[in-house]
Amino acid sequence: MSTAIKADPAKPAGSARSLSTRRPLGDRGFQLLALLAGILVLAILIGIAVSTAQQGSSWFSTAGFSGIFSTVWNPGSNQFGAMAFVYGTVLSSLIAIIIAVPVSLGVALLLTEVVPRRLAAPIVTIIDLLAVVPSVVWGLWGILVLEPWLQPIYASIASGVNGIPVLDNLFGESNGSVSGASFFTAGIILAIMITPIITSLSREVIATVPAIDKEGAYALGATRWEMIRGAVWPHSKSGVVSAILVGLGRAMGETIAAALVIGSSVQVTSHLFVPGYSIPAVIANQFGESSGEFRSALIGLGLVLFVITIIVNLVARAVVARSDRRSRGA
Amino acid sequence: MAAVSNQPTFDLREPGGWRRNKNLIATGLMYLAFVVILIPLCFVLYEVIAKGAKAISWQFLSNGTIPPNVMPLGQGGMGAAVVGTLEITAFAALMAIPLGILGAVYIYEYGGRNWFAKVISFMADVMVGVPSIVMGLFIFTVWVIPQGLNGLSGFAGSLALACLMLPLIIRSTFEMLRLVPNHLREASYALGATKSRVVLTVVLPAAVSGIVSGSLLAVARAAGETAPLLFTIGAVESLNSNLFSGATTSLPSQIFSNALSPYVGAEERAWGAALTLIAIAFILLFTARIVTARFTRYTR
Repeated sequence: MSTAIKADPAKPAGSARSLSTRRPLGDRGFQLLALLAGILVLAILIGIAVSTAQQGSSWFSTAGFSGIFSTVWNPGSNQFGAMAFVYGTVLSSLIAIIIAVPVSLGVALLLTEVVPRRLAAPIVTIIDLLAVVPSVVWGLWGILVLEPWLQPIYASIASGVNGIPVLDNLFGESNGSVSGASFFTAGIILAIMITPIITSLSREVIATVPAIDKEGAYALGATRWEMIRGAVWPHSKSGVVSAILVGLGRAMGETIAAALVIGSSVQVTSHLFVPGYSIPAVIANQFGESSGEFRSALIGLGLVLFVITIIVNLVARAVVARSDRRSRGA
Repeated sequence: MAAVSNQPTFDLREPGGWRRNKNLIATGLMYLAFVVILIPLCFVLYEVIAKGAKAISWQFLSNGTIPPNVMPLGQGGMGAAVVGTLEITAFAALMAIPLGILGAVYIYEYGGRNWFAKVISFMADVMVGVPSIVMGLFIFTVWVIPQGLNGLSGFAGSLALACLMLPLIIRSTFEMLRLVPNHLREASYALGATKSRVVLTVVLPAAVSGIVSGSLLAVARAAGETAPLLFTIGAVESLNSNLFSGATTSLPSQIFSNALSPYVGAEERAWGAALTLIAIAFILLFTARIVTARFTRYTR
């Protein structure tokens, strides 16, 4: 009986299974090549973490927990505290987010819900242009054009809020002066630079709102704004939050423009119109003249920046994943 | 009767009064947001073109000796930086584009639903968010430090830029592969083609315009990057056309160092270099747009 079905009619000689076991060498070679290219991504990310941790380890071990979390940065006496830079990075990025988010969402909504298709294309081109203007060009413009222009505006705002409790702490003078190169100027430049990414990511999300939801809202007599609040917003909320977080990550890692306009002063202060510093800016400005412990501290700061941006990006992904799960469950 | 008075009244003809005004205000604010975006773009383009055009000349673009910052405009030129930028970016693209396409092919064509492909796809997303200066530090620690000063070269800069481009190219290629209809793949398999043959002769050609334009955008972004080059290419003031040996320079690096100089000549050279750099980036961007507009076969 068993010998009778030697030639299984369900598995002829040329079946898919037999083909796949005798795949030509070139075919398997190509698959291997593709796999290696994929693994390269993993290798680079692990390489970044390992190499910067290794080079920064002497900073981590000698400065210790309290040394790293101090605000004192004095290469001359080997004191390398990271907190002033972490503060500057977070502060300038938050200013950038506060400025960029309303503008980005406005343009994203304009593109998806208001203007007709043929008008949308040139607007997208303009956003693309904004996105490819190099960071160093924004920095050059910021330091030579924007700073001298903002200085008197800062000065008049500072004199206007003089003596008003909270506003004076934010916008007032510190040690009798305000500066064109400041946290706030860096925030403005960063806002310009992250607007294109937030706009295009939120536009993608908003474009996926089902037409039936929007038509339903209109059928109930909603105005366009009511439709956006009632149909578009609930559907794209998490995607927009994720786009904002990606923009925040970008702003935190932005180097050259921040290095040129933030003012390069190591301080933690509530005043926004005074010079500060950020992690990428200090690495860019001081790496060339560093060695030994100093260099180790700068590479360690690079690792700190890497970890912060990865966390921000992971949270961005998690926000989307969680809302996907919820909407699938509903 | 009381229930009737609680019913909201609907005016089916026109949303009136405050509702209409709110809608108008919201629409107005959206247009305003667009104007707010336009202002810095026009402002920066105006400054760069107005101030850069004064500096640009054939000599500025071709003379290989970058003069000291104190020298006025008209002496020497940025030729060394132009050559450096073109070489470093081109070689980075040469490395990153094939690897990026292969990576995307692995994730979409070979990986499918398996967990490892998902991990790599996720990691490519994460890698897009890694700051460019961290890429520079990475290449500095793994490539430059082991070789001492010999490690500072255009090639090291290319490596750093390639790390920056790779995830961008993977993402954009992945999106394009998704657009290729499955029936093309199935038809090719039905003809007995192997998987590699299907990918190389059917899927990639079908997606080529999107892949090309996505890659060009990644190259445009990388060409303007300064941070990854700060610690990898060194600094020189004369032409070094050998990518693999000796320190070199680039347009962004020159703009960065000149921007901090107090001399007028250095500032003017920085504007000239900025105009050159923006021109390179815009040419890449518009080429990408033309490729997309002319040759796209499958869209969402």
